[in-house]
Amino acid sequence: MTDRSPFAVRSPQSVVGTARRKVDATAKVTGETKFADDLSLPRMLWCKLLRSREPHARIVRIDTSRAERHPGVVAVLTGRDLPIPFGILPISQDEHALCPDHVRFVGDPVAAVAAIDEDTAADACDLIEVEYEKLPPIESVEDALASVDTPDAHIHDYGDAGNVHKHIALEFGNVDAEMATADHVREDLFFFEGNTHLPMEQHASLAQWSPDGKVTVWSSTQTPHYLHRALAKVLEMPAAHVRVIATPNGGGFGGKSDPFNHEIVVAAFARRTGRPVKISLTREEVFYCHRGRHPTLMRIKTGVTRDGRIVAMDFTSFLDGGAYGSYGVASTYYTGALQTVTYEVPHYRFRGARVFTNKAPCGPKRGHGTPQPRFALECQLDKIAEDLAIDPAVLRKRILQPANSVTANWLRIGSMGLGECIDAVVERSGWQTKYRQLPFGRGVGLACSSYISGAGLPIYWNSMPHSGVQLKLDRSGGVAAFCGSTDIGQGSDSVLAYCVADVLGIEPEDIRIVTGDTDLTPVDLGSYSSRVTLMTGNAAVQAAERAREILADGVSRKLNVPKSRLVFAERRVFDTESPDRGVTFAEAVQIAEGMFGTVGTTGSYTPPRSPGRYKGAGVGPSPAYSYTAAVAEVEVDPDTGIVRVPKIWIAHDVGQSINPLLVIGQVEGSVYMGLGEALMEEMTYRDRVRNVVHHHPSMLEYKSPTTFEMCDVETILVHDPDPSGPFGAKEAGQGPLLPVMPAVANAIYDAVGVRIDEIPCSPHKVLKALKDKMKGNAGRFGPTALPSYAFPDVAHVRTPAQGGTGREEDGRAHSEVGGPVEQAGETTAAAGAAPRKQP
Amino acid sequence: MLRLPRFTYHEPTTVGEAVRLFTEAMPDVAYVAGGTDLYPNMKRRQQTPATVIALHRIPELRAIAGTPESGMTIGACVTLTELAAHEAVRLRYPAVSHAAHVVSTPILRNMGTIGGNLLLDTRCNYYDQNYEWRKAINFCMKRDGEICWVAPSSPRCWAVQSSDGVPVAVALGADVTVTSVRGTRRLPAAGLYRNDGIQYLEKGPDELLVAYHLPPVRDGDWRATYRKLRRRDAFDFPVLGVAARVDFARDGSVSAARIVLGAVASYPQEISAAADAIIGTRLDEGAIGAAADAAYRPAKPMDNTDFTLAWRKEMVRVHVQRALQDIRAQNT
Repeated sequence: MTDRSPFAVRSPQSVVGTARRKVDATAKVTGETKFADDLSLPRMLWCKLLRSREPHARIVRIDTSRAERHPGVVAVLTGRDLPIPFGILPISQDEHALCPDHVRFVGDPVAAVAAIDEDTAADACDLIEVEYEKLPPIESVEDALASVDTPDAHIHDYGDAGNVHKHIALEFGNVDAEMATADHVREDLFFFEGNTHLPMEQHASLAQWSPDGKVTVWSSTQTPHYLHRALAKVLEMPAAHVRVIATPNGGGFGGKSDPFNHEIVVAAFARRTGRPVKISLTREEVFYCHRGRHPTLMRIKTGVTRDGRIVAMDFTSFLDGGAYGSYGVASTYYTGALQTVTYEVPHYRFRGARVFTNKAPCGPKRGHGTPQPRFALECQLDKIAEDLAIDPAVLRKRILQPANSVTANWLRIGSMGLGECIDAVVERSGWQTKYRQLPFGRGVGLACSSYISGAGLPIYWNSMPHSGVQLKLDRSGGVAAFCGSTDIGQGSDSVLAYCVADVLGIEPEDIRIVTGDTDLTPVDLGSYSSRVTLMTGNAAVQAAERAREILADGVSRKLNVPKSRLVFAERRVFDTESPDRGVTFAEAVQIAEGMFGTVGTTGSYTPPRSPGRYKGAGVGPSPAYSYTAAVAEVEVDPDTGIVRVPKIWIAHDVGQSINPLLVIGQVEGSVYMGLGEALMEEMTYRDRVRNVVHHHPSMLEYKSPTTFEMCDVETILVHDPDPSGPFGAKEAGQGPLLPVMPAVANAIYDAVGVRIDEIPCSPHKVLKALKDKMKGNAGRFGPTALPSYAFPDVAHVRTPAQGGTGREEDGRAHSEVGGPVEQAGETTAAAGAAPRKQP
Repeated sequence: MLRLPRFTYHEPTTVGEAVRLFTEAMPDVAYVAGGTDLYPNMKRRQQTPATVIALHRIPELRAIAGTPESGMTIGACVTLTELAAHEAVRLRYPAVSHAAHVVSTPILRNMGTIGGNLLLDTRCNYYDQNYEWRKAINFCMKRDGEICWVAPSSPRCWAVQSSDGVPVAVALGADVTVTSVRGTRRLPAAGLYRNDGIQYLEKGPDELLVAYHLPPVRDGDWRATYRKLRRRDAFDFPVLGVAARVDFARDGSVSAARIVLGAVASYPQEISAAADAIIGTRLDEGAIGAAADAAYRPAKPMDNTDFTLAWRKEMVRVHVQRALQDIRAQNT
């Protein structure tokens, strides 16, 4: 069912489904929220990091003696003091708190100073002498692939081949054989430039050593649990002696999901000095932390029938990973994982390679590895629709992946509301009166997407729950909810309160939320992969249902009413057949406490096992997939190439809104971030002559939209409850970003007839394509060749339709890609193309 | 966070006291008005004066005097917000008001002054960076280094004139008054700038800009405009500014013109060939196109701001054309 009002009210009494204030809203807007940088402790020292000014070098010598003698300096650390490597993924433990002997990008930390104030620490950093032996810098995917036989240029001594960190080759079904049967085959190349999260809050951390030999670290982190593990490992301390408190994050977007060197360094300093030690990064340093969008070069070859059904797809991606592993192996898999969940792709091949380069490490940014292939896929579908003379909305609706199905790559789909999303944006945007009908310079474009509601597998292999919630019920009627989840502004604290309140029939304000503290709260894996509402929500519901059961036992006995007739609502527990007969919620707790002792419950959540069993099947599965469709309207100035976006209509299948206001906030925030990626954001570097420095590590010159560039957004929420989610809820924080970039690119084509196959759609690209078109050429801006790379032989996996088992088959085929690509697409069907507008 | 270096701070209340303090503290001294240019630069260690002399407590620098018919004098410490909103300026010198209004953001315009705007430090993507970043490229010749990274074989610095107010001041034929213990002089704004990213001002460091003089304007005898090109409609410095003043004869034909480009060189670049192309015309499309072509040819933006330099050069033609079309529209 499509809910035309964004404010879907489940029932007048319920909390879930109603628009409510966030539990932390007042503190945020009055400036009372204590972010990490607001914290201060007596006798606190300040830490500064000395960062590498070489993109790639061996450290020959570090002399810290002048810094140590500098007045006000208390301690200095170098890589020798913290030799144990760490990293977010068990297979990429390739980072050090401070580089021991090898620096890998401008900004890599090599030494640290703790001093009585920040100025002193900064001055002392300048007194540290570092002698470097330069190594050949790797600037690009092409450099990385060419350096296999140059050991000096190898950024790491692990990986699949030289500077190739990871390569993947998977085939589901029989792609080549099926492709040969297609009526029409298109092969297109796309490039998606890297970009970064740009959270308003710069990372900050504070560490305190306690006399009993334990350490506490407050940090702006999205993943306190993973930081906890990294700290214990590098500091060689029992994890039980390490406490991580995630402070409220002033934005994360994936940029605070890795354990960071500065977090470990302040903890090491606290241990060394016995004093609290704080670090507050500059904006430039935040750019060096990065972990943002991988620059990705892609080839997509798709075979379709005359009526647009996909018969086979062959997808290849090359990711520029930067200097460290980070989440990169997962990112690489993600560039190939979710192509199959929106449209039926019966036969599918994916090859992907991530390389190391001497730049700040890439990682997970909102949409993690999937916005790039989604851009490629949705733009190619727009071209296919034109080739076949089918309306792009009609084409997409025709080929939707069905609900309750398993894809060719073994992803289990539950609820699937993409068709309703397409209908909603087509209707609201006036698509039928605008597409190919607006005057030259104005256009509309459509694109769709899907995203996981949490990853099916944890980052390190274990069989424990992904999220745990503990409830403490107080005889005052108050309820405390403890959970390891971390509010990064998305509202996870509020969702926790709403879920518990809804089940117990009380108000969210009655609930004290304690989150993100590894000493106090049960583990939640963190605020990443859009997992928290679904996983924490399910754990919270389970804990609350268990508490309700205990209270109902007590009240049932006390009032002599059968449990099945008891209702929890309006802060009361009462007989549904005789509503006057009941007790207040506080009385219910008192009754239960008197009968059974102190009332407390736990709940936890572990995702269901995915049917995929092949190597790599761990990336992509999720308990539920959200779906989004968007229409962008653009205005293109043909004299300048400048693109403005007046409005975006976006419909999101969220399953069930826990709080529709927060869902709309996530959708609008996604549109904003997507618009920045579509139009201007670029994380780029100078050439090796200029030492591969970041082009512009500042908020002024890294261009991100202001309110002037932000478009109007009309959000339509599609409610199609998914049985896997709490109350039917799915994710909302990432999926709605994905269609924005391809919708804008497709709209540019509708407006002026040029294809910008490269993100961002900068004015010079549009203008160049327009000039190209006026010369009678294709009118396209984008990559023209893939680098040559010998991928490993593909692992064959039979699809569910072929009666496969989800495991790899024996027998591998040789697999090589590369070389220039004909952009026109080989057309075997005589399809009448819709007329393109001429400038 | 980025922190300011230590410095001695003075707050004189008269111009006389300010210039005396400055002379005493020379050479390692700077004036500050709004601080929106100097302080960020100091945090990045682009400028590290030992002494800073603040001008905001000097009442005579905050006045706006005169009339459009006789010309107006704007005190150097009038903020950009005040200048943009001033009724006579807004109505009779809309290009001046507009250029002030499109600087950065409201908050910075509330602090930033017209004096600071006219003397804005030249900018460059290799210079407007943190100390640590600049260290990684061994600095540049504008500060602490030897080389110009924009053009490594060049003997000069190519940092860009990036003020919105400057091309307008030059196009209008405005004057400025500067003063020091050595005396006071009034000079045309056009004479204040030099095409060098480091020595970008034709004035002594001790000479304090105290006043900005707008020329007289009578009904319809001349029109002016300013067009700013930048990525976003807030925050950003221009990557191209086009200021134009066009004087009209009684018959409506162009009797004189001045077309000035900002942000394509280290100084406001006046393109007299573009002006020549419209003199004697009635700003028909052909004349405007010829002027746009004439401006396009000598414009040589370098790779030191946002956007690609080839595109910025292309935009000179488009924006000169649109600026002159603006003026034609104003005049009808």
